[in-house]
Amino acid sequence: MGGSGDIDRNIFRFVIRFSVKETALVCLLVAAAQAFYYVTLDLPKNIMNQGIQGHGIKFPKEILGWFSVDQIGYLLWLCLLFFLAVLVNGAVKQYINSLKGKLGERLLRRLRYSLVERILRFPIPHFRKVSSGELIPMVTSEVEQIGGFMGDAFVQPLMQAGMLLTIALFLFMQNPVMGFAAISLFPFQAYIVPMLQKRVKALGKERVRAVRKVSERIGETVGGIHEVRTNGTASWERADYTERFGTIFRIRFDIYQRKSLVKFINNFLSQCAPLLFYSIGGYLVIQGQLSLGALVAALSAHKDMTAPWKELLDYYQQAQDAQQKYEQVVEQFRPEQMLPEALHELPADPAPGLAGDIALAGLSVAEDAQTKLLESVSLTIPHGAKVALVGAAGGGREALAMTLARLYLPSSGTLRVGEQDLTRLPDAHLGASMGYVGPGAYHFSTSVRDNLAYGLRQRPVSASEKHNAARTRWLAEAARAGNLPLDIEDNWIDYSRAGVANAEQFDGIAARVLERVDLAEDVFLFGLRGRVDPRAKPAVAEAILAARAAFRERLAGPQADAALKGLIESFDPTRYNDNATLAENLLFGTPIDPAFEVDVLAEQPDFLAVLQKQGMADELIAMGRQVAETMVELFAGLPAGHEFFDRFSFIAADDLPTFQAIVARTAPDESGKLPAISDEDRARLIGLPLKLVNARHRLGLITPDFKGRVLQTRAAIHDAFGKGPAAGKIAFFDPESYNAAAAIQDNILFGRVAYGQAKAQAIVGKAMREVLDTLGLRERVFEVGLDFQVGVGGSRLTPAQRQKLALARALVKRPEILVLNDALAVLDSSTQVKTLDGALSAAGSATVVAALADAALAAKFDRVVVLADGRVAQDGRYGELIEQDGPLKELLAH
Amino acid sequence: MSIKEETDALKRIPLFSKLDPAKLKLLAFMSQRLSYEPGQAIFAQGDAGDAAYIVLDGEAAVLIDTNAGPTEIARTGKHEIVGEIAILCEVPRTATVRAAGDNPLVCLKIEKDDFMALVNEFPSMGLEIMRELARRIVKTNAQLRNAMAAKTA
Repeated sequence: MGGSGDIDRNIFRFVIRFSVKETALVCLLVAAAQAFYYVTLDLPKNIMNQGIQGHGIKFPKEILGWFSVDQIGYLLWLCLLFFLAVLVNGAVKQYINSLKGKLGERLLRRLRYSLVERILRFPIPHFRKVSSGELIPMVTSEVEQIGGFMGDAFVQPLMQAGMLLTIALFLFMQNPVMGFAAISLFPFQAYIVPMLQKRVKALGKERVRAVRKVSERIGETVGGIHEVRTNGTASWERADYTERFGTIFRIRFDIYQRKSLVKFINNFLSQCAPLLFYSIGGYLVIQGQLSLGALVAALSAHKDMTAPWKELLDYYQQAQDAQQKYEQVVEQFRPEQMLPEALHELPADPAPGLAGDIALAGLSVAEDAQTKLLESVSLTIPHGAKVALVGAAGGGREALAMTLARLYLPSSGTLRVGEQDLTRLPDAHLGASMGYVGPGAYHFSTSVRDNLAYGLRQRPVSASEKHNAARTRWLAEAARAGNLPLDIEDNWIDYSRAGVANAEQFDGIAARVLERVDLAEDVFLFGLRGRVDPRAKPAVAEAILAARAAFRERLAGPQADAALKGLIESFDPTRYNDNATLAENLLFGTPIDPAFEVDVLAEQPDFLAVLQKQGMADELIAMGRQVAETMVELFAGLPAGHEFFDRFSFIAADDLPTFQAIVARTAPDESGKLPAISDEDRARLIGLPLKLVNARHRLGLITPDFKGRVLQTRAAIHDAFGKGPAAGKIAFFDPESYNAAAAIQDNILFGRVAYGQAKAQAIVGKAMREVLDTLGLRERVFEVGLDFQVGVGGSRLTPAQRQKLALARALVKRPEILVLNDALAVLDSSTQVKTLDGALSAAGSATVVAALADAALAAKFDRVVVLADGRVAQDGRYGELIEQDGPLKELLAH
Repeated sequence: MSIKEETDALKRIPLFSKLDPAKLKLLAFMSQRLSYEPGQAIFAQGDAGDAAYIVLDGEAAVLIDTNAGPTEIARTGKHEIVGEIAILCEVPRTATVRAAGDNPLVCLKIEKDDFMALVNEFPSMGLEIMRELARRIVKTNAQLRNAMAAKTA
């Protein structure tokens, strides 16, 4: 579906293949437009000769047989005709332009789609040879330049050549000699330009290669930044870029010079042409062989002629350029042994399943012509068996696991599951029934929940309620550009594959599976740190408030928990919280508007205005000076970049001198009055104490008097930002309402864990959990945890969490075959055992094949296959094989 | 209590007494002030040693495991340091330390890594500590001599 078979290597073939009808239509329109165009050329002559000079006309003149005009009237009539011809000609041109625009954009869309579609079908080993740094610019920017050309590919030369021919025809009609004069220089240009262009073409190829290499190197620099830093090779890297940019500079300048030479020759020759008109035309007029009107019309026609001619030459350059870019892009998307297109076709539902014995017969897998990963492996794995693949790395265990998951296609031999040839099973069917977890599992930049459900997205299961006529047209346009016309907005998650009916039930199954792979606790913690929108989930917010109340009972009620005494300082509108920052104490809430975040709060004008009004600004400046002085005193002796700056200092190493200067120039005079302070200095100084946590930093700056003034200012801030136009920037701490800007745990605590109380975090965490369990809120928090965004590639998860989540993703779709390929190697050994046990029990009756780096884990499987040098070295029950002197015993001995 | 008082407390500890006050202030600033309820353990015998503690207020009991159960061998009070051996060399805790007495124990926790980073940055600090340790050895040697003399006598 949406595929285009092999991709044409020639841009013109690509264009014509997908735009025959449009191109034919444009041809017709171009031809029609020429008639009107001819009129716009011919009429000026008549206006000159007949309208103005009145040659050969008797007035009053009859027009169209029903009214007659004098000479002025006739002139106006001709002008009207001219105007109409211009109008029609322009309208047709405009229509052609819009047509070709659509054509071009569609073709670009098609090209991009086919490239991405091909990336999806690249053979897995090919991904080791290409970097995303190369592929990305090809699909994004490089084709962009080709796209503009594709609309023009046939239309532009047709249109311009049509105009040129019309003009030439007109000139010949006036006078053959003039016509000849007008076109006399074209053959010369047509000969010399391609000659010059040839070298430009070669240079263009070089340029693309050089730029591509640079983008690959940038990718390497980013990926290898740790190596670059720790090896101190920045200079080496920079020298490399110097060299590469130098090459690009040379090529580009060379191209520029050659192109400007072509331009110069063209312009020069075009400007020479009028010379011929003046001399030959003038001679003919003097001789009386040509009317002056004809000469003027010819001159203006020739002037018109330079435009299409220039366009044609430009087109020629662009065509060369586009073809070459196209070729260079397309070449990168034609690797050997791509996954057959048929495997991506969406097959009929339901999937036939993989509930059969896996049978490999004489199976070989070659990475390329030289390297064989597997050599004639024959194995039968009965359905439901639990098989471990062990052996030295590179000996074939990984390759076999990957082949079973069809990440590698066999180069010879057969691979069947039951009656089905696994190599021919459509992707959607395979994905629905097979779970695979590799060593470095990838996660998409979305929530934990969506990543878990990723394996249930083979096809849209039902249309979205929002589907409407506009959406249908939208998809019809997609089909016209050869894109897959399936609606991403439809419901794609097939919950029935997970054994549940809908999204709500899915969270329950997700909890059970995550429990099995030892990830449930982590997701629960994500939930505690997560936020809930009380408008979207009022029930959850309500429940969290209940938990806050229950927690408060444990802190202060009649049955207060002694263990919690003094561990939490609750938010109290009437008290200063020593365990919160000064900023939090002032705002007494959580910022919603990023301008109120503590790092930038001191720059917020409305906030500063309140401080000023409350008379606190000067006090905070003085405090800022003291903090700055202390920081300078404490950290001045340390070298910049020392870890202490990051961990302890309020001021970055680079800013220490700046603050030193600020402190010096803001020193009060003898009378204790502060000098005039610039807004910038003021913001920087006030910014420092805002981060102070009294209990933690113990600088002795926050005195009881000061606290009193903070409380007054707090009230003023509440008045200023609590209502009116400034409302909604801060979520104020209110004991009775849910704070949407704060995490769930902060909403329950409604305070800060006290600094300086031993093991406070752990004790408080435990108490909070007990409260949640008592109220039956664990599931609600867990659901919020499922909303946790994992980051690009799962970057916000630890490697162990990534592997566990991948395992859960494979299990949640209840596969009939589960393939694990060193999936748990990053976990520590006790977690590995625990997670493997959980996975095996969750897999139930499914066939499990696990390639294991640690051969000892094979004890948990029914059967062990030892692979060495791409062949089966030993195969049998674990208990039996360890008794024999053989490869498994050797493996375990290491 | 503010960082100034903690700096003063650090100054009273022989191990740190000769150090530059600015460095002591940094050490105090980087350290965590912790409070333990009576009976709560600061660390247990056999744990990995990751920090030293300076008692700012209250009392701590030092206990070692014997066949007859934990036995208190010493008590430390205000301005004394416990667990300092652990931040100088890699040995497990040789004793258990608990908050004792009726009042909470308040101490300053100095993380081993922070302390080491500080010594790395300011070698003069290391030198002072070396001197202090050498003095201790002299003292211990003298005690040993006296003990041997007492035994042979």
